[in-house]
Amino acid sequence: MRSGKGIRVVATTLTGVLAMSACGGGETQDSGPATLRITVWSANEAHLALFNEIADEYRQNNPDVTQITFDPLPFDTYTTALTTQIAGGNAPDLAWVFENSAPDFVASGALLPLDETLKKTDGYQYDDILPATLKLWQDDGKLYAYPFSTSPFGVFVNTDLLKQADQRTPAELIEADQWTWDNAFAAAGATGSATGKAGLVIRDFDYKDWSNLSTVWTGWGARAWSEDGGTCGFAEPEMVEAMTRLHRAVFTDKALPGPGTTADFFAGDAAMTITQISRASLLKDSGFAWDLVPLPAGPKGPYAVVGQAGIGVLKRSPNAEAAADFLAFLTNPTNSAKLAQFFPPPRQSQLTADTLAKTNPKLKPEQLQKVVIDGITNGVVKPSHAGQAEISQQVRAGLDPLWKADADVKAVLDGVCGKIQPLLAK
Amino acid sequence: MTRTDTGVDPATAGSTPDRTRPFWTGRRRDHLTGYLFIAPQLLGSAVFVILPLVLVVWYSLHEWNVLAGTFDFVGTDNYVALADDPNLGAVLRATGFFSVGLVVFNLALALLLAVMLNQKLRGTIVFRTLFFSPVVVSLVAWTIVWGFLLQDNGGVNGLLDTIGVDGPNWLRGEATAMLSVVVVQVFKNVGLNMVLFLAALQGVPAELYEAAEVDGASRLRQFWRITVPLISPTILLTSIITVVGSLQVFAQIAVLTQGGPGTSTTVLVYYLYQQAFQFHHFGYGATLSIVLFGIVLALTVAQWQMRKRWVFHES
Repeated sequence: MRSGKGIRVVATTLTGVLAMSACGGGETQDSGPATLRITVWSANEAHLALFNEIADEYRQNNPDVTQITFDPLPFDTYTTALTTQIAGGNAPDLAWVFENSAPDFVASGALLPLDETLKKTDGYQYDDILPATLKLWQDDGKLYAYPFSTSPFGVFVNTDLLKQADQRTPAELIEADQWTWDNAFAAAGATGSATGKAGLVIRDFDYKDWSNLSTVWTGWGARAWSEDGGTCGFAEPEMVEAMTRLHRAVFTDKALPGPGTTADFFAGDAAMTITQISRASLLKDSGFAWDLVPLPAGPKGPYAVVGQAGIGVLKRSPNAEAAADFLAFLTNPTNSAKLAQFFPPPRQSQLTADTLAKTNPKLKPEQLQKVVIDGITNGVVKPSHAGQAEISQQVRAGLDPLWKADADVKAVLDGVCGKIQPLLAK
Repeated sequence: MTRTDTGVDPATAGSTPDRTRPFWTGRRRDHLTGYLFIAPQLLGSAVFVILPLVLVVWYSLHEWNVLAGTFDFVGTDNYVALADDPNLGAVLRATGFFSVGLVVFNLALALLLAVMLNQKLRGTIVFRTLFFSPVVVSLVAWTIVWGFLLQDNGGVNGLLDTIGVDGPNWLRGEATAMLSVVVVQVFKNVGLNMVLFLAALQGVPAELYEAAEVDGASRLRQFWRITVPLISPTILLTSIITVVGSLQVFAQIAVLTQGGPGTSTTVLVYYLYQQAFQFHHFGYGATLSIVLFGIVLALTVAQWQMRKRWVFHES
């Protein structure tokens, strides 16, 4: 009798803990004062100042929302930290979601459908959003996250370093219609050897986050996997050719800093870097002359690659409706135009060089047209797949043997496909 | 009728309670006081040790999709998946390499340093402090600094370059990456074992050495025949601490190599983290943690049993 009672007590305790931890968050309440928390990847002061300015404005007209907090999580471990918060029952109300985890978040049902809220918001102009930018965030005709930033990759150039090495600048190469990967690698290698600095840095790659290499291999027409996501693309001839060229750029041309060597373009340590427009704010105190140009042309001609991020409302947020309402305010035409200085908007009407130039004083209209607008219009999104974290880990481990001077590129890439094909087929 | 001072009446013990006797007897008060003293510890152990252990077993029987918010009972499926996991062999090998490397290097260096710094020479206190100071430094900060030093163009290779040696790319080679992680961890914690060995060495009676010298025993013989047996309880303690610690290494791997290159530094705890927190296989992650628990338990019990053979004396 006594032991039976004891078991019941333990079982009740366990059930309570499980309910708290497994189900997290609790029920949606949406009544009374609400506080909202939004996880974001950026701790940049300029980004946060603008977010908070918009949030303050929203709270003035919505006294029920007593507090809106933007909670920066480290970029490198952003998605892991976010899912850990969710698992621990501390899910945010809104979350920034990168394109590589979009399929998991959208298909899992973790996010609240947003179509109705956005469409019924006065003056929202939902139809102004480019349909191509919504694709990744939709499932079964419903929108699960607003494509907050559709940011093409471009090449930031330290023109001082290139001139110091007597190299033609990318602008001059573009003018001569010679802005190709071969010329870019040649200029980077020559600048590196002449100045002692690094040549070209593929930002955030660091020989681990391989998805950033899509900014290079797309120029060869290569893809990580087929359109339907079911077939590995690493062993395809286009990919082998692209990676062979990249390998030569690292180990023969010395155009890229080798594995295990870091160089920060924004600190003046490299001639060029491939990254997104949102990083332009890091150039505030750069102390060198710089330019922003589109990605060099590959053998298949000019192309663009975009990184995308959406903001969604977590279904298990106790203030889900208030959160969706704030998201509608944050992304309405007025605020979208303000945010465009950091995060290229998906709104067609705002994708003009004139509009973007007003909020991007550091960039010239022709830079905005060539890199941002043309990039968003024609670009392909970085690789994303359901279960990407696991696939990504396998690709990273599979590509590691490639980053040696004597690597057999074809064999390594065949090995990558051997590792990920079973995961793609799931 | 007599009553004992514990408040129990032998005449009535085991029969109907005496309702006239006060409830708060001295014995009961003593018991309650004792329970109250240990209550915080008991509560802490129950909530933060026992309950998580039970929950991990419970989670290992489930498939928990954090994003979808589902928590489905799958029985032994995760244990079956464990047997079929193609990465598990490489992970256990990496874990074994790390543990053996750490235990051998750490204990050998700690003992060597302790013996050297046990001499009555000027400046030994400074060296003791120097070797112990990494123990109190933040682990992540320590590892980040080492990450820079071990870069291809970092400080370690810079030093090697000055003596004409072309150093390897430490964190990018499969063998050197694991060696690097071991060395970083050894330098971080060797001071702790060194201090424990120092304390043990200072407890060895000097007259034993004097007698051995009179008998003509060499320094090496004295070390093996006197020092090692007399500090064997400390060797047991430090080896258990080091083995258990080596199986729980995480931050160094996460900061320095992220398990690479390939899977050469993917030790069990890091693999567990990847499965649970990166791939969202929380149930499988829990299963791996039970494997880890089993390994730690088995090794600790084995070491404890082995003490009968090589621990000279126990207090």
